[in-house]
Amino acid sequence: MASAVGANGAAGHAPSVDGVWSWVTTVDHKRIGVLYGVTAILFFMLGGAEALLIRLQLAQADNNLISAGFFSQLFTMHALTMVFLAIMPLGAAFFNFLIPLQIGARDVAFPRLNAFSYWLFLFGGILLNTSFIFGGAPDAGWFAYANLTSTTYSPGNAMDFFTLGLLVLGVSSLAAALNFVVTILNMRAPGMTLMRMPVFTWMALVVSFLLVFALPILTVGLVELLFWRFFDMPFFSAAEGGDPLLWQHIFWLFGHPEVYILILPAMGIVSEILPTFSRKPLFGYTAVVFAGVAIAFLGFAVWAHHMFTVGLGPVAVAAFSASTMIIAVPTGIKIFNWIATMWGGSLDLRTPMLFSLGFLALFIVGGLSGVMHASPPVDTQHSDTYFVVAHLHYVLFGGSIFGLMAGIYYWFPKLTGRMLGEGFGVFHFWLMFIGMNLTFGPMHIVGILGMPRRIYTYSESSGWENLNRLETLGALILAVSIIVFLTNVIRSLRNGEIAGDDPWDARTLEWSISSPPPVYNFAVIPVVYSKEPFWDHKYPEFAHEEPPKNAVAPVAEDPASIHMPNPSYWPIIVAFGAALAAGLALIDPWYAAIGGVITLLGVYGWVFEPAGPEEHH
Amino acid sequence: MENNEQEPVEHHDSEHPSPAKYIQIAIILTLITAFEVAIYYVEAISNGVFITIFLGMAVVKFIIVAMYYMHLKFDSRVFTLLLVAGLFLATGILITLGTLFRIFT
Amino acid sequence: MATHSTTAQHPSHLETTTGLDHRKLLMWTFLASECLFFGSLIATFLLFKDAAVVGPYPHEVLNIPVTSTSTFVLLTSSLSMVLALAAIQRGDIVSMRVWIMATAVLGATFLGFQVFEFQEFIHEGLKPSTNVFGASFFTLTGFHGAHVAVGVIWLMSLFIYSFKSKDRILASKSLDVELAGLYWHFVDIVWVVIFTVVYLISSLE
Repeated sequence: MASAVGANGAAGHAPSVDGVWSWVTTVDHKRIGVLYGVTAILFFMLGGAEALLIRLQLAQADNNLISAGFFSQLFTMHALTMVFLAIMPLGAAFFNFLIPLQIGARDVAFPRLNAFSYWLFLFGGILLNTSFIFGGAPDAGWFAYANLTSTTYSPGNAMDFFTLGLLVLGVSSLAAALNFVVTILNMRAPGMTLMRMPVFTWMALVVSFLLVFALPILTVGLVELLFWRFFDMPFFSAAEGGDPLLWQHIFWLFGHPEVYILILPAMGIVSEILPTFSRKPLFGYTAVVFAGVAIAFLGFAVWAHHMFTVGLGPVAVAAFSASTMIIAVPTGIKIFNWIATMWGGSLDLRTPMLFSLGFLALFIVGGLSGVMHASPPVDTQHSDTYFVVAHLHYVLFGGSIFGLMAGIYYWFPKLTGRMLGEGFGVFHFWLMFIGMNLTFGPMHIVGILGMPRRIYTYSESSGWENLNRLETLGALILAVSIIVFLTNVIRSLRNGEIAGDDPWDARTLEWSISSPPPVYNFAVIPVVYSKEPFWDHKYPEFAHEEPPKNAVAPVAEDPASIHMPNPSYWPIIVAFGAALAAGLALIDPWYAAIGGVITLLGVYGWVFEPAGPEEHH
Repeated sequence: MENNEQEPVEHHDSEHPSPAKYIQIAIILTLITAFEVAIYYVEAISNGVFITIFLGMAVVKFIIVAMYYMHLKFDSRVFTLLLVAGLFLATGILITLGTLFRIFT
Repeated sequence: MATHSTTAQHPSHLETTTGLDHRKLLMWTFLASECLFFGSLIATFLLFKDAAVVGPYPHEVLNIPVTSTSTFVLLTSSLSMVLALAAIQRGDIVSMRVWIMATAVLGATFLGFQVFEFQEFIHEGLKPSTNVFGASFFTLTGFHGAHVAVGVIWLMSLFIYSFKSKDRILASKSLDVELAGLYWHFVDIVWVVIFTVVYLISSLE
C-alpha cells in the first residue's frame, strides 16, 4: 500500500516514503487514515468471527458448540470490538483522510498527536484482546453492569482488561477529537465559512465535540470500576452505601452520545454521496447541519431510556421518554432532506449510491424500532430481548456499516487512484443487504416472542429455533459478502480501472486534486465562495453563489518549497508507554510506573523535538 | 470566525490588566475565602442559607479567575463558549443525577 | 494568506481561520472536556457524601482551618502564575522565572497539605475503602492533586528550559507560559468548587 499515497517527489527535504519505518513514523493524515482503516477492517473481521460463533451456537436449540462462559465472552467482545475497534476507527479513518482535503488544508492541526491517536488505538485494541489468552476476555456485556463486574462475581482479571483497555482507547479517541476540533475550526481555506463546509466535515466537528464531552464521563466511571475492583472502594456496593445504578447512569451518559458518535459519520458520508449521485445539491443544507447539532445536544438528555426497567420512578421515566421522542425529530429532518435531495435528481445507481440507498432504508427501519422503545411500557417488553438486538443492528449495521461501505466505494478512487470493481461492488451490496435483513429482520419477531438477549442456548419448546436458523443463514451470507468485498479491494488495488481526479463528477474540494493526492494535498490553497466550490468551478453556469467582485485570487506556490511536517517516532513511543502502563497495571498497579516513565520521557522527546530544517523561533 | 479578509489579526490582545490589578484581584479572592471561612463558624445560620452563600461565593470566585487570570474577558468569545459549554453540560448532568438520586430533598 | 513556506506545525495565530492559535484553542477545548471529568467526580461525591453506612463521617474528619490555608496557598499560586505571564509578555525573563518557581513551590506546598490531610484521615480511620464517602473523597481530591502534580512538573520544566535556550521563551513565545497558566488556573478553579462542595458544604450539620 506504500504506493497508495502519492510519492513525495516535489519537496526538497522529502522523507522516505517506503518501508515499514516510514509508516511507523508517519505524521501524514492520509497515511494515518489508511492505518486506521486497515486496522479497523481487521478488527471488524474479528468481531464478525465472534458473531459467527454466536450465530452457530444459536442456530440450534440445546446446542453445546460453545460453553455458556465462552458465549458470554463472545457477545461482550463482539460488541466492544465492533463499537470501539471497528466502527469508531473506521469513522476516524474517514475523518483523517478527508477533513484536510475537504477544507483545503495540507494536514491536521497536530500531525504527531494524530499519529499518537492511531498507535494508542492499535495498542489498546491489542491489550483488550490479549485478555483471551490471559484468563478470559471480559464477559459481563459491553455495558458491564455492576454488581456482576465486582470482584465477587467477576474474579480474575477479565474486567480489568475491560477498564484498562477502554481507558487507553478513550485517551486515543479524545486526543483525535481535540485535534479535529482545532483543525476544522482553524484550518479552513480562505472563504470557507462554517456554513460552506461539506456536511461530512460538519458531522466530524459534531462527533468530535460529542467525544470531547462524553469520554470524560466514561473515564470517571471506568476509574470508579477499577478502584472498586482494585482497592475495594465501594462505589457500586449497595451494602456499603454505594449504588450499582450509578454505574448504569455514568455508562449511559457516555453510551448514548456514543451511539450518535457511531452514526453521524455515516450520515455525513451519505450527505456527500446522495448529491453527487443525484446530480443535485443537498436539499436543506442548513437544516441538515442544524439537525446534526441538535441530535448531539439532545443526545446528552436521553440516556436513561436505557434504564426504563430499573425503577427510576414515573416522573423520570416520562421525562426521558419525552426527550427520546423529541430526538427523533432532527433525525427525521435529515431523512426527509436526503429524500428531497434525490427527488427530481438524475440518479446514478452505482455502488456508492446503492449502499447509500441501503443505508437510508435500513436506518429508517432501525429508527422506527428505536422510537418504539421510546415508549416506556413498550420498552418494558422489548428490554433485554432480541427486539433490541434487531434495532441496534439495523442502525449500526444497516446504518453505520452501510454508510461506511458507501464511503469506501466513493473515496477509494481518491485514496488509491483506482476504482473498486463495479460488478463485485453490486454483488457485495446485494449479498450484504440480503444477509443483513435475513440476520436481523427475524430478530424483531423472535424478540417479541420473548427470546432474551445474551442467552447461550434455548430449549426446543421455545419455538425460536427456525427463526434462529434463518438468522444464522443470514450471518453466513454476510460473511460471504465480506469476502466478496475484500476480494474486490485486493483485485482493484492491482488491476482496478484508473480513476483520474474526479471519477464521479463530484462537488467538493477533495475531487479537485489528483488521485492519489500529493503529500501536500493542494499545490495551491483554494479560495472558496460556496458550499460546492469544485462543482461551481467546473460548471460556473450552474453556480448558486457568485464569487464576490473583490475576490482574492489564490496564491500560487512552488510545490518544491512546500514543507510538510517531518516524520516522528515520538508518537508511537508515547503511545507504547501509555498502553504498557495500562497493561502492567494488570499485574500490579505499581508496575504501571514503568510505562509511566516511558510516557514521560517520550513526552519530553516530543515537546523538544526540532521542528525541521528550519527551526521555529 | 469568518476570515475572508487578508488583514493580519492583532498579534497581542491590546488589554492586559496590570500586575497591580492582578494583586487587587488576588486580595478580593482571599477576602471572599476569608469571609466564607469566618461565617462558617456562625452557628445561627441555617444550612440552606450556608449552601446558598457558599455556592454563590464559589461562582463569584470562579468567574473572577476565569475572566481575569484566564483572560477570558479580553480574549475571543470562542474560548468563553467552549468553557461555558462544558460547564453547562456538567452542571446539567449534576443536577439531573442529583434529582434522580434524591440528594436535594 | 498562505506564505512562502507553509508548514503544518505550529502556524502563528495570524494564519488560522479563527485568528486563534492552534495550541490555545486545543487547551480550551481540553479544559471544556475536563469540566465533564471533574463534574462527574464531583457528582459522584455529592451522591455519596451522606451515604456512608459506617464512619468516619464528613463532619468528623474534614478540617476547615487546614484546608482554608491550603486553599489560600493555591489561590496565591494563581496570582504568581499570572504575574509570571505578565513578566514574559513584557520580555522580563528573570521575573518570569521567579514567579514560575514561586507558583511551583506554592503548588508543591498545596500538595504537601493534601498529603498531610490524607495521612490524617487514614490515621482517623478513613481510608479510601472504608466507606463510600472515603471512596469518593479520595478519588476526587486525589485526581485533583494529580492534576496539580502534573502542573508542578510542567512549571519546573518551563523553569529549567528557560535557562537552556535563551531565545526559546521570549515575549513572542509567551504562549508556552500562557498555556501552562490556563491549565494551572483551571486546576485552581476546580479546587474552588471542591473546597466549597467537599469541605464547606459537606461538613455542615
